[in-house]
Amino acid sequence: MSSNELERERCVNTDSSSKLRRLELVGITKAYPSVIANQDVNLVVRPGEIHAVLGENGAGKSTLMKIIYGVTKPDSGAILWDNREVSIESPAQARKIGIGMVFQHFSLFDTLTVAENISLALDSVIAPNELTERIEAVSQQYGLPIDPHRLIHSMSVGERQRVEIVRCLLNNPRLLIMDEPTSVLTPQAVLILFETLRRLASEGCSILYISHKLDEIQTLCDKATILRGGRVTGTAIPHQETRESLAQMMIGRSLPECQMVPKVPAETRLRVQQLNLPTVDPFGTSLKNINLAVRSGEIVGIAGISGNGQKELMAALSGEQPMPKGATTTICGVVADRLSPGQRRNLGLRFVPEERLGRGAVPSMSLRLNALLTAGSGDGLVNSGLISYAKVHAFAGDVIAKFNVKCGGDEALASSLSGGNLQKFIVGREISLQPNVMMVAQPTWGVDVGAAQIIRQALIDLRNAGVAVLVVSEELEELFMICDRIAVMADGRLSPAIPASETSVEKVGLWMSGAFDEATVLEVQHA
Amino acid sequence: MPRLERRAQPSRLMMFASPLIAAVLMLITGYILFSLMGKDPIHAFWVFFIKPLTTSYGVSEWLLKSTPLILCGVGLAIGFRARVFNIGAEGQFTMGAVAAGGVALYFYNTDAIWVLPLMMLAGVLGGMAWAAIPAFLRTRFNTNEILVTLMLVYVAQLFLGYLVQGPWRDPEGFNFPQSKMFTEAETIPVLIAGFRVNWSFIVALVLVVVSWFFTYKMFAGFRMEVSGQAPSAARYAGFSEKRNVWLALLISGGLAGFAGMAEVAGPIGQLQPTISPGYGFAAIIVAYVGRLHPLGVLLASLLLSLLYLGGDTAQMDLNLPSAITGLFQGLLLFYLLAADIFIHYRLKPDSNGSRPRLTPPPEPQGDIT
Repeated sequence: MSSNELERERCVNTDSSSKLRRLELVGITKAYPSVIANQDVNLVVRPGEIHAVLGENGAGKSTLMKIIYGVTKPDSGAILWDNREVSIESPAQARKIGIGMVFQHFSLFDTLTVAENISLALDSVIAPNELTERIEAVSQQYGLPIDPHRLIHSMSVGERQRVEIVRCLLNNPRLLIMDEPTSVLTPQAVLILFETLRRLASEGCSILYISHKLDEIQTLCDKATILRGGRVTGTAIPHQETRESLAQMMIGRSLPECQMVPKVPAETRLRVQQLNLPTVDPFGTSLKNINLAVRSGEIVGIAGISGNGQKELMAALSGEQPMPKGATTTICGVVADRLSPGQRRNLGLRFVPEERLGRGAVPSMSLRLNALLTAGSGDGLVNSGLISYAKVHAFAGDVIAKFNVKCGGDEALASSLSGGNLQKFIVGREISLQPNVMMVAQPTWGVDVGAAQIIRQALIDLRNAGVAVLVVSEELEELFMICDRIAVMADGRLSPAIPASETSVEKVGLWMSGAFDEATVLEVQHA
Repeated sequence: MPRLERRAQPSRLMMFASPLIAAVLMLITGYILFSLMGKDPIHAFWVFFIKPLTTSYGVSEWLLKSTPLILCGVGLAIGFRARVFNIGAEGQFTMGAVAAGGVALYFYNTDAIWVLPLMMLAGVLGGMAWAAIPAFLRTRFNTNEILVTLMLVYVAQLFLGYLVQGPWRDPEGFNFPQSKMFTEAETIPVLIAGFRVNWSFIVALVLVVVSWFFTYKMFAGFRMEVSGQAPSAARYAGFSEKRNVWLALLISGGLAGFAGMAEVAGPIGQLQPTISPGYGFAAIIVAYVGRLHPLGVLLASLLLSLLYLGGDTAQMDLNLPSAITGLFQGLLLFYLLAADIFIHYRLKPDSNGSRPRLTPPPEPQGDIT
């Protein structure tokens, strides 16, 4: 940068007291035993700037942010804060100099309350009463409603994120790092979050906004640094770019599209009638009078912010949570109320849960053994109680090849895969087991663009092959892309599923806040 | 100064090297201890580890003492793999012996060939019944099986003490607190005449193979391992957690009970207030030193059994207290746990000279529970 340019930058910056650069990274490199996460990364963030770090999952965004936040130390390179070189040894030190971070994988203690979690991260002692008041004040001010006395383990992913954001804001940060923040918000809530972020930026706080969603970055961000494979592939002013040019920089090619042709659905394969399920968890959501039918050859989407009963509904449908008396669930015509997850699987019900590590896959086991997790009952992988490793190996290899899972073979541990690759493996495993009914929760949460497209197309292919597909997702864009009908879940109630062509993002967004009543329901049914 | 860095994948090499490193460190510490006590360390080691095996009788004793360790260790390893922490094998061992002893005393004059198999069955059932208590409490009331199994050890020992001092005391035993000696039909035959090692050692070897088969070849074993490593995944896959707890406790309890039976129907030949020098607890060390693998359990049992023998000879030849055996067992476990950190971490030389610290894994995944 020449001295002229420097001069101009100084003039542009109206706040004369602030420094030219709040944060600068010079030649940051970080290698892990199996992968180079960052290589020679340079990045400049100015005061009051909303700066996007754009890249697919596994591009090194999260590692870079952890370096800035002092969680991880770079192998080489320098960090400049207010134009002075600093060595950030710990998150506590990062917070002290004014860096706040909202992680993609939340760092909250499950067994503590919101207030206790926040007080742990504050680095200074505040009386509990005063802290509660401050939490309530900040959450009011920024439209992030949370109850300070609730226990974390009872909260949904979306609610936990609010806690993380409020926790950062209490520290009055001068740089706020947001790692994929919108994946758990309604469209309306995204707009509110953007307002919050813009207000923070106008108050002089810099924001590092990590995302792979091009639309968001184009609406929100002043500047973008694009990462691919751990390296910077370019910087851009997002609203001057097209989606295509940004995608080109991010994934090296243009965005793939889903192919979906109209199809007339056939018989009902999954039906739930009048499911009332009081929650076992005192802070969970009780299911109220759920009615749902999914037919062969259609994709039904369930929209809604997480924590509104989706988790409970999926657990009830999969059989993990025993069903109450009175509800009638049928899978392919068979009454399934009292059936265990294994028995339901034998009826052809396949399920991809929201949590991949620990539920959809065993982290400490190889992909091969993880294939056995749900494939054990079918496909001849287990004969008279004995495991046929040759067949398991063939099955796992097949899934890996067909769904392009990037891994070191089927001996690789599930925990060594990136979120997107593991999801491809789990979806692939369930699809390879010839489902009659397929249930998927958050199919592309935290999954990169390329992998997300593969997963969505696979679901559409299933539908075309006559499978009844039920998708729970917080990403409305995704639901409108792949669903034939969309229902909305709010506060444990489920709206009727209406054809995607007859509704809109705005209407669904409205329903997400619970604004559907008997009248709307009747209106829709008679329409 | 070097620092610890998380490995991308657990090291298989370290998994197998760790018990060996632990054994070497145990020997080094032993060397220092013997020196401090004014004993010639080399001679002490010879007395401790070599001398017991210099006679064929010694080898027989070695295998004899390893038998209860193998039996208990194999069962515990299956339970530990499923993260069901039965640390009360000692109690199940005792109750197995009590049940088998009860059968032996009830059919004392029968002299039939079915008495011994019946005693074996009683031993297994006795151990299982004792392990069923924590299994029931855990599945019904979510109690902690570590505490319950441990506390039941003392109940079992006191119960045995009551029996041999009261109802089951040998009327012709000069008031010693012990039962009648079992008859020949009630005693496990020895392998070779003149040596005490008996057929239960062969049974233990067979059970090592069976447990290997169960753990690695059978779907039931896989289910237990999933239940242990990721309970949510087990629920998702439809594996019952209750069944996991019951299986783990019944298998380990049954095997410990069988070991107890083999002890009273073998070298001891009667019921006494004390029938075990802590085999049930040593089996915990055996299971972990053996990497929860059946073959490893076999090798670890032989090592621990040697420590028992060495402890005995050291008492006689070197005038050392009997605590020497427990000391070496403790050292072994201590060093093993220390060495095990290198399965998941490795040393990385740090040119900056900063203080050593644990770096977090690349992507922390999963909940801390």
